[in-house]
Amino acid sequence: MSTFILLTATGLGLAALYFLVAAGLSLIFGLMDVLNFAHGAFVSVGAYAAWTVADHVGGTAGLLLALPAAVAAGAAAAGLTELSVIRPLYARPLDQVLVTVGLGLAIPALLQAIWGADPVEWQLPGWLNGTVTVLGARLPTTRFVLIGSAALLLLGLHLLLSRTRAGLVVRAGVEDRDMVAALGINVRRAFTAVFALGGAAAGLAGLLDGVYQGSTSPGDGTSLLIFAFVVVVLGRMGSLMGTAVAAAAVGLVQQFADYASSSLGDESVVILLAAVLLLRRREPKGRPA
Amino acid sequence: MTVAPILRIRGLSVSLGGSAVLREVSFDVAATGVTALLGRNGVGKTTTVRSVLGLHRPGSVARGSSLMFEDRELCGMRTDRIARLGIGYVPEDRAVFAGLTVAENLRLAEPPRGRGTLGAARYDFVHELFPVLRERARQPAGTLSGGEQQMLALARVLLGPSRLLVIDEPTKGLAPKVAGEVAAALLRAARQVPVLLVEQNLAVVRRMARDAVVLDVGRVVHTGGARDLLADADLTNRLLGVAAALEPAETAAAQTSVGTE
Repeated sequence: MSTFILLTATGLGLAALYFLVAAGLSLIFGLMDVLNFAHGAFVSVGAYAAWTVADHVGGTAGLLLALPAAVAAGAAAAGLTELSVIRPLYARPLDQVLVTVGLGLAIPALLQAIWGADPVEWQLPGWLNGTVTVLGARLPTTRFVLIGSAALLLLGLHLLLSRTRAGLVVRAGVEDRDMVAALGINVRRAFTAVFALGGAAAGLAGLLDGVYQGSTSPGDGTSLLIFAFVVVVLGRMGSLMGTAVAAAAVGLVQQFADYASSSLGDESVVILLAAVLLLRRREPKGRPA
Repeated sequence: MTVAPILRIRGLSVSLGGSAVLREVSFDVAATGVTALLGRNGVGKTTTVRSVLGLHRPGSVARGSSLMFEDRELCGMRTDRIARLGIGYVPEDRAVFAGLTVAENLRLAEPPRGRGTLGAARYDFVHELFPVLRERARQPAGTLSGGEQQMLALARVLLGPSRLLVIDEPTKGLAPKVAGEVAAALLRAARQVPVLLVEQNLAVVRRMARDAVVLDVGRVVHTGGARDLLADADLTNRLLGVAAALEPAETAAAQTSVGTE
């Protein structure tokens, strides 16, 4: 029983990371049709910015200051990317893919040049290193931090999309950008904002990934990106709730399969993806927002 | 036709996917009333109105093309800027946001800086034209019938401070009674603001339009009074290839439904 709870908590913790990365990816694709292969790099930028702050300040204060650093660094990296290289290429999707793939390789290389190829270690304050006992299972505190952060992001994004005019513009834009523009609304501003928002979530994922693993290396974001893409496809592009459910499914399947046989974790995710895609082919068309 | 034009289209040439769709199209849209853009399927009517809204990819509209809206050149202008000049657009497929509620669809169309008293008056006007939209305010637009979606799309442009409405086939695919309601509402709106109307239903055209422009394979082949054109069966048949379009029974049906205004 306690193993089951531990696996569930770890799976959901992992799912939280996937969701943080996938939410931005999914919104960006839904609104702009951009497959953003640089998104993993935004995770890493956030992680290193956070680590640097946490390392300089130290302790709980350092970790709390690392949070805005991660969010700001991720948002800035993503916003600048949209403005400088994505925007001129909206009519050229293939070139866009090339550019984001290029950035996805170049940014981690740059991070490696600054911080080195070896992982940097996080010095966590004591309260975060402990465990919490739930139904006899001793669960690392970090799992709860991860799950709580993802839940807050889900709630925040949901409120933003459903209650604000900006959210209205984004939801409408996911359906039909041209028509939003034809109503006199500057959709491009929404593009930059969604990119920055996705980057902010990615940056936060970088911080949390570091806290979860206890270390950060330049390629961590890219590894997360692969699973985030699976989550985005499973959750249907552009759908927030779908992304959340898919993230939970992928995290849990991966953990439980990993427990059954340590080589099975990643394969199980691929099998899940293949199974869902094959089943989905039979469904009638239609895309919920 | 002594009315000064609000939109002057001159030498508009558009290529889509490498093939020329419009060749040197030139015509005026009058500053009052309805100007109908007619022609068989695939001659470039929708391409023309999409050009007015700046909805083609960069590079599709040939150099030397000109779209003068009053004294502003629309060619090369971004779609949202064009819309903010006061050009309201109802596309062929209606393009209501299916996942948004009726109220949210309308909210998107509000001028961004506050509704004010003008906004409230416009809401009243729209709700009076289409009472069904008030009843269904909380329903997702995707669950509306085709006619209701068309009303929502029209309501959306009527909420904004429009100075020209560009409306692409508003009665397409609608049952005659619903088409009549939509046309009647459009006719009321057209008393206040000029309309560039693409329409295949010639009974509706006859009822509403003062001027007519006929396109054939990307060129303007006729301009003149709408009723003069439609009164000439030979000309209508030659230009539009629809001898049956003005069968008396159909005309009468459309007129009774349109004529309830």
